[in-house]
Amino acid sequence: MKAERLQWSGVIHACGTRLPRDPRVYQILFLAGLLGAGALARDFTLRPEQMALTFAGGLATQLACVRIVGLQRVGVLSALITCLGLSILLRADNLWVHPLAVALAIASKFLIRAGGKHLFNPGNLGVIAGLALIPGAWISPGQWGSDIASAAWVVALGAAVASRARRLDTSWAFLVCHLGLAAARVVWLGYDWPVFVHQLQSGALLLFAFFMISDPMTTPNHHGARIAHAAVVAAVAFVWQFALYVPNGLVWALFLAAPLVPVFDRVFRAERFKWGDNRALPSPAARAPSTTTTVG
Amino acid sequence: MNALFRPGFARILAAIAATLVAPGALAFCGFYVGKADASLFNDASQVVMVRDGDRTTITMRNQYKGDLTEFAMVVPVPEVLPEESIKVIDNALFERLDAYSAPRLAEYFDPNPCEVRPERKGMLGMFPQSLAMDAARAKVEEDRGVTVEATYTIGEYDVVILSAKESNGLETWLRENGYRIPEGAARALAPYIRQDFKFFVAKVNLAEQAKTGSEFLRPMQFSFRTEKFVLPIRLGMMNARGPQDLMLWVLTRTGRVETTNYRTVRLPANVDIPTYVKGEFPAFYKALFSEQAKREGHRVVFTEYVWNMSWCDPCAADPLTPAELRGLGVDWVSSGGRRAPQAQPVILTRLHVRYTPETFPEDLVFQETKDRQNYQARYVLRHPAKVDPEACPAARAYLDHVARRQEREAETLAALTGWDIDRVRDRAGVVPRRRGWWEEWWVGMAP
Repeated sequence: MKAERLQWSGVIHACGTRLPRDPRVYQILFLAGLLGAGALARDFTLRPEQMALTFAGGLATQLACVRIVGLQRVGVLSALITCLGLSILLRADNLWVHPLAVALAIASKFLIRAGGKHLFNPGNLGVIAGLALIPGAWISPGQWGSDIASAAWVVALGAAVASRARRLDTSWAFLVCHLGLAAARVVWLGYDWPVFVHQLQSGALLLFAFFMISDPMTTPNHHGARIAHAAVVAAVAFVWQFALYVPNGLVWALFLAAPLVPVFDRVFRAERFKWGDNRALPSPAARAPSTTTTVG
Repeated sequence: MNALFRPGFARILAAIAATLVAPGALAFCGFYVGKADASLFNDASQVVMVRDGDRTTITMRNQYKGDLTEFAMVVPVPEVLPEESIKVIDNALFERLDAYSAPRLAEYFDPNPCEVRPERKGMLGMFPQSLAMDAARAKVEEDRGVTVEATYTIGEYDVVILSAKESNGLETWLRENGYRIPEGAARALAPYIRQDFKFFVAKVNLAEQAKTGSEFLRPMQFSFRTEKFVLPIRLGMMNARGPQDLMLWVLTRTGRVETTNYRTVRLPANVDIPTYVKGEFPAFYKALFSEQAKREGHRVVFTEYVWNMSWCDPCAADPLTPAELRGLGVDWVSSGGRRAPQAQPVILTRLHVRYTPETFPEDLVFQETKDRQNYQARYVLRHPAKVDPEACPAARAYLDHVARRQEREAETLAALTGWDIDRVRDRAGVVPRRRGWWEEWWVGMAP
């Protein structure tokens, strides 16, 4: 709880003269802004009670898991991000889908682990659970539309957050690969370029690139491996969407590529990311597998 | 010509009038009093899509009114369709589906405040002009790369299924066979050829058409299997001037259908509007749709209706019978009985798109969600009770409440349709409420 107080003090500092170091604070602010904009201007079919239950379920799961595992320096910022992410992405025609999905998502951080890190991006796992397992749940990739203005905002905000988390390389590598494949498809099929521009402006694509795949805890530690991982996700998503004609290729690709991350980490050794510190960490973690536990 | 003054519209009015007196028009809460069916949007493409796994049935309504010898249509399809998978269906089936799902008006009557009573709770590639085409030749046209895969006569249509190797060859073939197709057709056809689509080409067989005894063409239906849950709309945009309308009814087993590459939004609905709209509901709905489509920059797909087809409330028309559903291609319902059985749900999603070539650069791609919440474009009229202000102590408060409500209704109507608020107030007989200084200031600040 002490650590939590420390993290909240980071938020409070943001209002004062010092800006918080932890990129999650910015991510929370930006995601909250996106959620607000979505609910007000993009007619999200999200009910306030679903949102309230998402946060209640998410925070309760996080606190319970932290207590059971007996961790000390773990707060609720990451859990808040997962709650915001699932509120933005997941849709349901009943009240129990959101708390269940968020509980599965956050519990997975403590249960499914490899190489000292959790394996799945919790927001991604929550969405996949909704799509594959939970009745009455779905996601609406078209909900953002493809307005130039909203696309520009997502790029600007997402780039700011991802750069503070030092994972901008993942976002850009993913976008370059995905849009490169999309452009090749447009040329091959003989479409006009507005088709490509339409895909480029997809709010869902940009949100995924800057707020989901860029999560530093579930991407490889090594810079080169991150680029390779992003390329694999882009390729799988492309095949899923344009060769298999199944919707929601982006989230499925990230889910399917997650087991590659520990493999990359084992082959390409590099220091592991830690929240709340944007300076370079000392190198021992890079050389010897760490025994400390990081949950976030 | 304004659709409201077409003879067809008189028929709708007559139908509405008939519903008003018909005993069957009584619904669970409120009376169903009117609807705005697809005939309001006179040039709209109308398509029914039934999707079950990868099995897809598409029915297209041809509202072609010109010389039948000049009618032709070209639709990209994913495979060479066998004869048994193509048929013509009755226009009435389309009308039934349209009537059942049309945006509707419901009206309620306030109870007299002086009488204390127990509280109750409550498109496609359509080339409209072609020259008479010779009988299709079932031979390979090597030089054009076009293969006539099959020819059929189905109902009043002669159908040719073509495959092509390159788009210029297909464009040339179509021209040589008498289709007066728009410039640049090859460009729009190319992506379909690359994706190995075949082309379903139909024209009217005049002898067969004469036998039907009707001047109208019947809807054409075809079924195929494909993973692609897509509706090709780009071919039909080639000679488009201004925005075009598409009405699409999608019937599925699991839940609501939406587009994945465009925003799908519900029309603003379930609001109270002034009671005078009862006499001009179609005009209201047309204005509302145009205003909303314009506000969204013709970039979104509107949902007009989502309902489990075993019931409705209020009912614009009775739900379709299992036999009617099977006629549209819903083959998972058993044909026995009059009502669609609960055990085999059919979810109807009615989508309405107004698109331009610039705002819809790609074909529509769909997904079936697990959403089973019902939605309807329903607008509510509330008739105030006729009561003297002095009739009882509650009367004055009630009349004040009604005055505030009517002002709100007028504002809602003006906001939804873009109509001038003062004209709406005039028509609704609403005296504008005196605003507070802060409201005057706020209105003055507005652009």
